[in-house]
This record gives sequence, structure tokens and C-alpha cells, in this order.
Amino acid sequence: MDLELKEALSRQGIFTTTLEELYNWGRRSSVWPLTFGLACCAIEMIATSMARYDLARFGAEVFRPSPRQADLMIVAGTVTKKMAPQVVRLYNQMPEPKYVIAMGACAISGGPFKQGYNVLKGIDRYIPVDVHIPGCPPRPEALMDAFITLQKKIDAQSLTGADRPRHLNAEEPSEFIVPQYGAHDLEPPKNVKLWNIITKNIPNGPGTASDNEPRKD
Amino acid sequence: MNLEKIKSDIEAAVPGCRLQIILNGSPSGQHSLLLGREHAVEIARFLRDDPELRLDYCSNVTGVDWLDSETSEKVKVKKLVDGVEQEVEEVRKTRTPGYLEAVYHLYSMEKKHGPLVLRLRPENRTDHVTLPSLTPVWRSAEFQEREIFDLYGIIFEGHPDLRRILMWDEFEDHPMRKDYVEPNDYEYEPTPHDAVLEKSKQARAIEGQR
Amino acid sequence: MEMIAPAAQELIPNNAAATGDDALLEISLGPHHPSTHGVFRMDVVLDGERVVKLKPVFGYLHRNHEKIAEGASYLASMPYTDRLDYIGSLTNNWAYALAVEKLAGIQIPERAEYIRVITAELTRLQNHASTIGFLTQEMGASGSPLMYSFREREKILDLFESLTGSRMMCNYMRFGGCRVDLPAGWLDQTRKVVADFPGFLDEFERLLEGNEILLARTQGVGVLSRELAIQAGVTGPILRASGVNYDIRKVDRYGIYDRFDFRVPLGEHGDVYDRYMVRMLEMRESLKILEQALRDIPSGPIMDTKTKIRGFRPKAGEAYGRIESPKGELGFFLISDGSPNPYRYRVRPPSLINLTVLEDMCLGSNVSDTIVIFGTIDIVLGEVDR
Repeated sequence: MDLELKEALSRQGIFTTTLEELYNWGRRSSVWPLTFGLACCAIEMIATSMARYDLARFGAEVFRPSPRQADLMIVAGTVTKKMAPQVVRLYNQMPEPKYVIAMGACAISGGPFKQGYNVLKGIDRYIPVDVHIPGCPPRPEALMDAFITLQKKIDAQSLTGADRPRHLNAEEPSEFIVPQYGAHDLEPPKNVKLWNIITKNIPNGPGTASDNEPRKD
Repeated sequence: MNLEKIKSDIEAAVPGCRLQIILNGSPSGQHSLLLGREHAVEIARFLRDDPELRLDYCSNVTGVDWLDSETSEKVKVKKLVDGVEQEVEEVRKTRTPGYLEAVYHLYSMEKKHGPLVLRLRPENRTDHVTLPSLTPVWRSAEFQEREIFDLYGIIFEGHPDLRRILMWDEFEDHPMRKDYVEPNDYEYEPTPHDAVLEKSKQARAIEGQR
Repeated sequence: MEMIAPAAQELIPNNAAATGDDALLEISLGPHHPSTHGVFRMDVVLDGERVVKLKPVFGYLHRNHEKIAEGASYLASMPYTDRLDYIGSLTNNWAYALAVEKLAGIQIPERAEYIRVITAELTRLQNHASTIGFLTQEMGASGSPLMYSFREREKILDLFESLTGSRMMCNYMRFGGCRVDLPAGWLDQTRKVVADFPGFLDEFERLLEGNEILLARTQGVGVLSRELAIQAGVTGPILRASGVNYDIRKVDRYGIYDRFDFRVPLGEHGDVYDRYMVRMLEMRESLKILEQALRDIPSGPIMDTKTKIRGFRPKAGEAYGRIESPKGELGFFLISDGSPNPYRYRVRPPSLINLTVLEDMCLGSNVSDTIVIFGTIDIVLGEVDR
């Protein structure tokens, strides 16, 4: 719709909208996060939903314990290898459209515990992440900032076209590989398809190696 | 608490037991008592029930892994060099085989004294890694002995529920041992440096060979 | 109903017995569960609504703190201790600093001792306040009491932030003293918070103490006998709620706790209500200690000048140092081989060992009570799994 016409109409008291705007407005204004705390960051997540910071101002106070009713997963804390299969399974159980905020250094990359043998070096090895918040732990303000960033992202999504989001594209997967416990490590240690998308733009990163192609031998 | 007196008390109460005082060089002065495996449970019962000691509270149980170590010292030896007896300096190396260890810290809630440090050692760190469990004496050792089993691989005989506690059941290694090699998943690090740089180089070399 | 029935059948171990009265149901509470305080899991076998077996499953937050610390210098482990019991980072700092000070024989200056007591007691206040908030949440009072306790917690976190620069991960203490001196006006702010805190306790007591639902849900629930508590090495408020007078602040008199006049509240029945009350009373005693410490704090240096923080190499030897953290006995066991890194670094976690008695307390009770009993143990997963 023509933006000038829309503005002219609104000055006359006539409000117009598009289906896309309405759809995105509805979704971004009532994001229901999953009650999902892993470690230290979860306490800051709880503090964010409490009276002082009041996440309810942004329509996200309804923390749901069941993944079936949630559309935002805040990965708040260190994801260990023992916990990773459960995190991916919970993500798979969430209905589309679904979003992920990686809260804190641990969820992004393993953080201070990166050297640990049981620590997953970033949740985006297994599931796609929409917003990363650095910090150890991030302050409640940082979580709110990430939340507003996510709202902007939802607002900008188009319903049609080649760049439409994953949940509107039947060919895109909505479920991801759940790793299995192995004798020494998780099997597979990362979701190669997903990890390649993230790292392909980094020079000499693993995404540039022929990880994904069938081996010649 | 006088360790010498405790030692003689135990020796009187549990005849035939092996005991050794291990001195501690730190200013903390927490010396410990090395128990023979055969009588460990009996000794533990005595320490818990003796009306003078009443060490009814086992606070901390942990494992320690000591690798094979080599100490070298210079020794002056008389030797025949070119037919003449001379004093020559020689480096003599002594190899101490590695061992595992379980350390128990005991306190008394009734008498409010402690700690008494007990040590138990399995025969070696490869194939004879069993120790008697002290969980029947102090239940607080239950999870901590499971943890030692998980992370160090010491098998506690007589433990009611010896399973892995922190790692998953399918896991095969004992990660807190000093010679454990962790899986290399450092294929990408934004700013590699030091040890991580080496690891990422190795990983990339392996990647290149494939 | 047709949808649910087949799935429920699969969970029952013995299908043949499923139709009889003795059918058992095996469920897994966690690791993703809103009331397990993080990623804790309990494998529970139920006979109807009654718990007949309960096995805790750990390790979902095992982030290798001990292994990492054995490869790092003594100083580098200090910020990791914040992340053990992430509700009370300052007491963790103190326990680690105390163990290293024992290992190397370090004396700390007077003012630093006072600052340690003040910060540790503030930590105890905010820990107990949020524990009681979470506990009432688990009893079904969704939201409001937790909001009250987090309101108070935020006031204390503000003090921590102005002192250390961080709300939760304070990384404040060093072996030989404390990292920075108190900022201007900090003592007055703290005095104000301490003066206001009894108002919160009175409010909480007015709202909760006589509450019939709270009494029905807590009295006589999850009884822990005195003998079992000692035998299983339970420490902290749970032990004292079972009537054992064992507070490490009184027993070891570490730091300068022998200078303060305070009492150790004890319970009589060892049930959930006693544990709740012991925590409420402990907060009042902490306030007493705070008032005395804030009155007496001297001026002076905050660091022992002889201690080398960087390039710190204690003599070969070992030491076990412990303090009374809000959750129980928090101990650090260190073995030095004379190198800059500890050869063995062990955390004695109160949360893990207090869970030993979880099954004993829960057997025979309902699932809903299991959650409440679990809540009164007051665990933090960062410390359970390390």
C-alpha cells in the first residue's frame, strides 16, 4: 500500500493496514517465551520478568512451561553436552513460527567454560539463533534490548517472496537433528548444515572447508 | 586432635591394620592418615563410633590422580675412569609409579572438632582400581563416591548404587584423570591464541588430510 | 482421552499389571521442568499420587569447573567460583579465598575481614529472601511473593553493583583481602538497606505465617530426622531445622565471626515449615551481625601487602577451607605441587550433598509435596553439577 496515502487517510481518522502488518504486529506483541533456565543467566531472566524490569511491558510476561505453547526459546545459560539433546528436542517440539535468543556468553560460544569437555561451544551448532546477547550474565536491560531487536526482526518479515521466513517455506526444515550420546562426545558433534550457514562468511572458518560435501574416499 | 594418638588408638582397636601418617608441607598443617584397604571400613566404623572421637560427619570426599613421576637427583659415585678411581657426578632417576587416591575429610558434629583427613589408595591407576566404599559408614559419601567413580574411574566395592553421576551412561572416559584427552571441537575460534591456536591448527591439518 | 491412553500405557513398566490397582507409573521430572530450579531431573516412580521411588539425575549443568581450574592459575579460578552458586557469589569467593589463605598461610587486614562479613551476610539475606520467594511459588502462590522477595533482592544487588561492578558475578575477594575499597557513601547506603529490611520480613511474616494454605502444605511434610541428617552430611539451614546445632560460623569461628553477638536458630520437627522458619530467623540474625559490623568497621588497608596475587605459587601441600554459605558447608580442597596452578582443585558443594536425603524425605508423599520438599533444600544447579 502506498505509504503517503496511508498517512493521508490516517490524518482523516481512517486507519488502514495490510495483512502482513497486522500479522506481524500480533505476533511481535505477544511473544510467549518458554520457561527455560539453564544456568546463571536464568536468574537474570527471572529478574527481568519481575517488577523492577517488567518484561510484561513488551508483551512477553507469559512464560510457558510447555514448549507446545511457546514461541520464543531464551537459551539462558551454559548448554552442556548432556543437556544439548534435550534443548534441541524442546526446540523441535515448539510450533512454528519460533525464535531463539542465545542469552549470555555460554549459550553463544561456551563462554568462560569453553574449555570444558562437557560444554557445548555454542547452541547455534544445533539450532538456528535469531538474537545473540553477550555478557556474563547479560543485565536485564540487555535481555530487553535483545527482545526489542527480536520484535523489530519479526516486524520486518514479509509473508511472501523468496526471503519469507522459514515457517512460511514448506521446503525449509522446522526440526533439527537431535544429537545422541556417544562414547566420547555427542554424535554428531554439530549440525553441519546449520553450522555451515553461520560460518561460511568467515575467512578460513570451518564453513569454507568441504564439510558438507561427500568425501571422495 | 593429635594424629599420633588417633593412630595408636586405631591400632589398638583394629589389630593388624596398616596406617601411615602423611605429612603436609603447607601452613594449613592438615596432615592425613593413609589407610590400608583391607581394614578401611572397620577403621571408619571405629572413628565414627569411638566416644572420644565421634567423627560422625564425613564432609568431603574426593579423588586425586597422581601420574607416574620421575625425580632426578645428582649423586656422587666413585667410578673407574681410565683405570683411575675418580668421583663422578651421576644423575640418578627414580620413577614413582602413578596412583589414584580417595581423600575423606571427617568432622564431628557432636564434639565440634576436625578435620581428620583419610586417604585410601588403589593398587595402581590402570587395572586394579578398587577401593572399599565408606558409604555404609557415612551416607554423605554416596554421591561423592559416585562422582569419583565417574570422573576418576575408582570402583567402590560395597557402594549401594555405583553409576555414573555427572556424565551420561554411554560415556567411556574418566575426564578428571590427568591424562584424559578431550574431544577436539575447537574447529573455529574467532580469535585463536595460545593453546587454542595450536588446537585449531591441528584440527585444520586433519581436515586438510581428508 | 483416546489420545492420552496409549502413551500412558507405554510408560508403565509392566503392561500386564497396568489394569490392576498396583500399577506403577514411572515419570521423569525434569531436566526441563519449571520447578526444578534449572536442569535437575528426578526419576520418580508413582503409585497413584504417592512417590514410591525417587532417583535424582545430575550432570545437566556439569561444566567442568574443577578441570578448568586445574589448568588455570589460582587467581584465574576466582571468577569461576562466582558461577558455582550463582545466587550468592560473594560467599563462594570467600570460601575459595579462605582455602587459598590456609594453603599459603596468609593473614588478611582487619578492614577486609569486616567487608567480607558484611558482603557475606548481605548475600545470605538475598539468598534466603529469594529461596522463600521460590518456595511459595512452588506451593502455588504464583508470582506475588516472588516479586516481593526479588524487590528486596534488587536493593542488595544494587549495593553489590556499586561495590564490585557486577550484580551477580562479583569476583570481589582476593587471597589476602578484597579487590577494591568501599566506594564513598556505600556504608550509609548499606545501613539504610539493613534498616529497611526488617520491614520486609515483617510484611512477609504477616502475609505468610498464619496463612492456612502455607501451614497445610508445610507442617509435617518432608520430615528429616536428626540422625539421618547427620549421617547424610546435610548442612546449612536444613540441618539446623532438624535440631542439630552446627553452624560453621560458630564452630570454626573463621574470619572474625567470634566478635559478633548472634544466635543460631534451630528447628524442632525437621519439616518444611521448620526449614522455612529457620531461614526467616536466620535473616534476622544476619541483620544483627550486619548492624554490629557496620558499626565497628575500622579504616585501614584492604589487602595484605605481602601477598603476591599475580605469579602466586604456594608451597607444595594441601588445605581444606570451609565456610557457612547460605546453603550449607561450602568447602574448597586444594593441593599444590608448587606450580602456579593448583594440582587438585575440589569444591565441596553443599547443594549436591544435601540432595542425598531427597529420596528419604519424599517417599510416601504426593508429587505436589515432592516439589515443595525439593524447594526447601534450596539448591543451585551450578553448584550441584559444577
